[in-house]
Amino acid sequence: MNSVTRSVIGPVLGLWARDFRVLRREWLPFFLRTIMNPLLTVFVFTYVLPRSGQHLPVAAGAMNFATVLVPGLVAVAMVFTGVSAVALPLSIELGATREIEDRVLAPVPLYTVPMAKVAFGAFQGMLAGAAIFPIVMVLPATEVHVRVANFPLLALFLFLASWTAASLGLFLGTAVRPAQIGLMFAVILTPITFLGCVYYPWASLGPIPWLQYGVLINPLVYMSEGLRIALTPDVPHMAPIATAVMLTLLASFLTFLGVRGFVRRVVA
Amino acid sequence: MSVAVRVRDITKTYPGAPPVVALAGISLDVTAGTIYGLLGPNGAGKTTTIGICTTRVCATSGTAEVAGRVLGRDDVEVRRRIGVAAQALTLDRACTVGENLYYHCRYFGMNRHDSRQRADALLERFRIADRRDALPSQLSGGLAQRAQVARAIAHHPEVLFLDEPTAGLDPQSRLALWDLVRGLRDDGITVVLTTHYMEEADRLCERVAIVDHGRILAEGTPEEIKRDAGGSSIVDVAFGGDRMAARAAVASMPGVKDVQESERGLRLVVDADGSVVPRVVSALAEYHLTDLRVTEPSLESVFIGLTGRDIRE
Repeated sequence: MNSVTRSVIGPVLGLWARDFRVLRREWLPFFLRTIMNPLLTVFVFTYVLPRSGQHLPVAAGAMNFATVLVPGLVAVAMVFTGVSAVALPLSIELGATREIEDRVLAPVPLYTVPMAKVAFGAFQGMLAGAAIFPIVMVLPATEVHVRVANFPLLALFLFLASWTAASLGLFLGTAVRPAQIGLMFAVILTPITFLGCVYYPWASLGPIPWLQYGVLINPLVYMSEGLRIALTPDVPHMAPIATAVMLTLLASFLTFLGVRGFVRRVVA
Repeated sequence: MSVAVRVRDITKTYPGAPPVVALAGISLDVTAGTIYGLLGPNGAGKTTTIGICTTRVCATSGTAEVAGRVLGRDDVEVRRRIGVAAQALTLDRACTVGENLYYHCRYFGMNRHDSRQRADALLERFRIADRRDALPSQLSGGLAQRAQVARAIAHHPEVLFLDEPTAGLDPQSRLALWDLVRGLRDDGITVVLTTHYMEEADRLCERVAIVDHGRILAEGTPEEIKRDAGGSSIVDVAFGGDRMAARAAVASMPGVKDVQESERGLRLVVDADGSVVPRVVSALAEYHLTDLRVTEPSLESVFIGLTGRDIRE
């Protein structure tokens, strides 16, 4: 380990320690924010509707809806965590309060601070995924078919999906002013979620080709499909290699944009 | 004596339509172990100068060195050697006062034990130990500023930059902060501060640069600046009579260096020997003199003499 690496590790551990302290203090809001959307989605679509005799049409591959939802909702939880854990605080800290300044003045290269944010956001994304996993497994009235055949593949897609979510958060946090946060949820997060292959596998979009290809710019599509590969391989899904490559490219690109945006915001 | 901050021909133009020239060429040297003041009105370029010296603003041209490291080439090492307390309150609002100090130490690579000890020592020294668990939003302005300075020196910097450290503080908190700053200087820390308070520059700073419109108008010890300005007093007079005639009456008087029209009458720059004022009074008596105010030689009178206006205008 050279001296540059060593002199960066201490400050980065400090940045994470600070974020972890704030997370521990706010664990209840974090937990509620994370589980509310998946909890209600699963409750209404896989418990209330089946129990009241209103069966949803089964998606391609003859898999039940509850099973389709599992990877999708884990991916949604990650995206919402990436935004609420990285973008929201960052937008405020970069804005009027300039709270980020003390961390920007740490004796490390400027890109270290946003990179540490992404890493911690990815960690929070994993926590969010873990928090909702029991819900999507247990609550549905119908049987859920989750089968992890390949643990390294699961680890890979969890890593790539949480990195993508956190880097999206970094990008949005540096690009969106605090006053536009509400707008961001409406015009970015809502379409990303509904068109993110969360409630249906990508393959089932075959009859609507323009949509099937249109959604390919949506990072959540690859997050959902990647987790589908790892968790519910019996549901139709994208090719593992293509999904992993796309996630890597998108996460790298979003990280690049986010770091560049961060540096532009803190150095005049 | 070594130089802690060396700035040469720094300019800064913020892009935009139209571009804003914040610094039009500034050069200065700050001797290590002294308190140096940048004095000027809002928008003079003080904060931009500090921003460049603290790696947060890129100069358009010119060079700067802080603690022996070149800005723009060795920013990480500069940051390791400087402390910064910004004008706005930048304490981490999600953390308590104690945590602000503790995590700051961690950002500078100190381990947990040392960080905790350092935070405790600073809380005591800056007399904010009883507010350790308070959030920044619960602090008064004076306490928040103290906490911010405590945080800025937590990693033992060589040079401390304070941007308007006493703006908005009550007189008592201001005096307390001056004592703190002198104490830090006595510890060997070089202090560079900006202020638009004449008195602060005069009483706290060992050297002062008067800055306006992105240029340094005068530089030296407060005594040198006042002496070099020729020991002028400013006499503001208000009267009801004809201004043009009154102006003519005083302009040619011996000892009167300059006459400007002001809101309520005239502003005279006169020799500070005390002989001029009685003659001005008698000359203006027939113009219905209603008020007269004499500003003795001070940084304020120098500033008015250099720029033709008050620093607060």
